[in-house]
Amino acid sequence: MPNNDNTGSKRFLPAMIVVGFFGIMSAICMVFAYAPQERVMGIVQKIFYFHVSSAWIAFLAFFLVLVGSVAYLWTRNAKWDRFAHSSDEVGVVFTTIVLLTGPLWGKPVWGGWWAWDPRLTTTLILWLIAVAYLLIRAFVDDRDQAARYCAVLGIIGALDLPIIHYSVEWWRSIHPSPIVLKKGGGGLTPEMLKTLFVSMGAFTILFVVLVTVRMNLQAMREKAHDLRRLIGQRRST
Amino acid sequence: MRAYLAILGKDVRQELRTKEMITAMAVFALLVMLIFNFALGIGHTDKNTLAAAVLWVAFTFAGTLGLNRSMSQERAGESLRGLLLCPVDRSVIFLAKATANLIFMLAVELVAIPVAIILFNLKLVPSMVWLPLVLFLGSLGFATVGTVFATMATGTRARDWLLPLLLLPIEIPVIIGAVQATATILTGEPPTNAGMGFNLLVACDVIYLAVCYVLFEYAVEV
Repeated sequence: MPNNDNTGSKRFLPAMIVVGFFGIMSAICMVFAYAPQERVMGIVQKIFYFHVSSAWIAFLAFFLVLVGSVAYLWTRNAKWDRFAHSSDEVGVVFTTIVLLTGPLWGKPVWGGWWAWDPRLTTTLILWLIAVAYLLIRAFVDDRDQAARYCAVLGIIGALDLPIIHYSVEWWRSIHPSPIVLKKGGGGLTPEMLKTLFVSMGAFTILFVVLVTVRMNLQAMREKAHDLRRLIGQRRST
Repeated sequence: MRAYLAILGKDVRQELRTKEMITAMAVFALLVMLIFNFALGIGHTDKNTLAAAVLWVAFTFAGTLGLNRSMSQERAGESLRGLLLCPVDRSVIFLAKATANLIFMLAVELVAIPVAIILFNLKLVPSMVWLPLVLFLGSLGFATVGTVFATMATGTRARDWLLPLLLLPIEIPVIIGAVQATATILTGEPPTNAGMGFNLLVACDVIYLAVCYVLFEYAVEV
């Protein structure tokens, strides 16, 4: 797990930011200059590289929420809770990107904004669970209590996702829906694949940076909160 | 008029600062759409599927109400704390609360089924002897996760309206399975003919029960 001690991440974080910046820049250049234009879908297909990368981050983030949640309940170390919380929050952002870029791509290619495809649907439900996770944070004042509740939701949610995916897949097979063209998954040229891997790598670095920053922020917030309470106690005595 | 504007302004400002209510309402609306979509299916829906869908949507919302009530009762007057002081394992408390919630849901369903048969003009078919089993399996999936989540939801500032936001996304597989199994029964076939629907229900029940049995402890800790 990322080292989140303020001292430990002092050198790690700037390095990651620099690497991430150049990573994203080269991903953008590769998307527009290196990867060939898809023959049927045309320029719209370019969204694919960031769409898939965001989807990868969305599921990675929620997997890390599971890891952080289990580790928190096991060790009761607040660091793990900060890790899970930050992963969830950053994950919500990337899941939102997936859910926005998906319809933008789907409209011209599939002919509809949305299809009840197992992947899309599971992503939507993932987003809902991740938002519920943040709602718990918003409605619980006690830090340990919020951490425990969120860990329970994180574990149940993450374990439920494969079941949801499976059940939607089965449900769709009995309810034929508007024809969905297969994504151009099979027909990727090596250039396209390379571009995809670069953008996935760049997004992963961006994710690590965001989670680290968020964890540091959370640690500072908690410290500030404790100090404020301490001052309050001194004043009242 | 000034008082009207002042109160209106206060309410709007308050909501703009927290955005809590709007967020929760929007997520709830989205969830209701999802639940209906999965219950009804896309495109052509026959009468039996429609009846099964309406029944399970009704059970879902009735169940949420009941689960909230059962836990907020325990929170009021700190009786949950009293319960935790008893020298019994936390998992015993979980099993007892979940069973109680299951019984209440089943009681409501037994009343609702005859009403649905009349309202939807459903044909009485011999396969309906399977109905109690499917009702039991579907409600079990709700009662287990619902008991854990209701314990958490009633412990928050949001009290009783956080539960559906937590519970509904998790329960989608149960709703899909229960609706398909029920629809199959209503057409006169045993639920095992519902393809994977019946297996899905059983699998969800086993997994939810096991996970919640372990995690309840963390949801009640004071």
